[in-house]
Amino acid sequence: MTTTVEAMHGGHAGHDTPRDATPPVFYVRDEHAHEAASTALGFWIYLMSDCLIFAVLFATYGVLGTSYAAGPTAKELFDLPLVALNTTMLLLSSITYGFAMLAMEKGRTAQTQGWLAITLLFGLAFLGIELYEFAHLIHEGAGPWRSAFLSSFFTLVGTHGLHVTFGSVWLVTLMVQVARRGLIPANRRRLMCLSMFWHFLDVIWIGVFTFVYLMGALR
Amino acid sequence: MSTHAHSDHHADHGHGHDHGHGHGGHGHDDHGHPAGAHGTFGSYMIGFVLSVILTVIPFWLVMNGTLDTATTTVVILALAVVQIIVHMVYFLHMNGRVEGGWSMLAMIFTIIVVVIMFAGSLWVMYHLNHNMMPGMTPDMSKMP
Repeated sequence: MTTTVEAMHGGHAGHDTPRDATPPVFYVRDEHAHEAASTALGFWIYLMSDCLIFAVLFATYGVLGTSYAAGPTAKELFDLPLVALNTTMLLLSSITYGFAMLAMEKGRTAQTQGWLAITLLFGLAFLGIELYEFAHLIHEGAGPWRSAFLSSFFTLVGTHGLHVTFGSVWLVTLMVQVARRGLIPANRRRLMCLSMFWHFLDVIWIGVFTFVYLMGALR
Repeated sequence: MSTHAHSDHHADHGHGHDHGHGHGGHGHDDHGHPAGAHGTFGSYMIGFVLSVILTVIPFWLVMNGTLDTATTTVVILALAVVQIIVHMVYFLHMNGRVEGGWSMLAMIFTIIVVVIMFAGSLWVMYHLNHNMMPGMTPDMSKMP
C-alpha cells in the first residue's frame, strides 16, 4: 500500500503534493451487524419506561389499597387458588417462549411455531382466567367504582392484562410473519423483542401476585 | 413434553461444537448480541425450577398461615425480589456485559427512580393519612 502511494507521488512530483495529503480513512465497522443489538437496547429502554408506568400504578395501589370505603376488603375478595392457577399459566408461557427462542436459534421454523402456539395458548388461558375473575368481582358488586382500593386494583391488574393482550396480538402477528417469511434476521429480531416483552410481563406479575394478592390476603 | 424437550437438549449437544467455533472467529460480537439471544435449555430450566419454587413458597405460606402476618409479609417480599432477579438473569439474560453495560445502567437507573418514587409515595401518603384524617385511618376499614 505504502509503495503504491509513493509511486503515485513520484509520478506527480511536479504538482508539489505533500506526502501526507492522503485523506485519512475512517472505517465504520459492522454497521449492519449491530442493528439487532441497538434494537435490543432501545427496546430494553422502552421496557424500563413501561416499568415506571407499573411502578406508578403499584404506588397508587400501595397508597389506596386499604381505602375500602366500607366496601369489600381484599381478604374477602381474592381467590388465591385462582391466582395461583393464573400465575402457573404465565410462568409456563414464559418457559415455552424460552423454548421457542432456543428453537429459533437453531433455525427450526416448525418447532419455533409450535412453541409460540403453546405460549399463545397459555397467554390466552391467563387472560381468560383474569377476565373470569374480573367478571366475578363485578358481578359481586365489587367493580372499580366501588372503592379507591378496587379502582387502583382494576387499574393495576387491568393494565397488566392489557399488556398481555397486546403481547398475544403481537405473538399472532409474528407467527404469521414467520409462516410467510421464515426465520429471516428481521423476524428473529422481532421474536427477540417479543421475548423480552413477554418475560418482562412475567416479572411484573411477580410484583402483582406478591404485592396485590398475597399481601392483600394477609391484611 | 419432557421427552420432547430432552431430545432438544441432545440435539443441542450434537451441534454445539460447530456453533461454538463459528462464533469464536469474531468474539467482539458477544458485546453486541441481542439480549434475548443467550441462554441454553439448561439455563431456562434452572430459571423455571427456581421460579416455581419461589412462587410455591409464598403461596403456601399465605394460604396455610404458618407464620405470623408480619414475618410472612417480609418473607414473601424477599422471595419476590429473589424471583425477579432469577427472571432477570435466566429469562431476560441480564448481566453487566449486555450492550456493553448500557442495559444494566438503564435498569439500575430505573430501579433508583422506582425506589425513590415508590418509597416516597408510600411514606408521604401514609403520614398524610395518619395526620390529616383521624376518622379515616385503616381502623375504620375493618368495620363491615
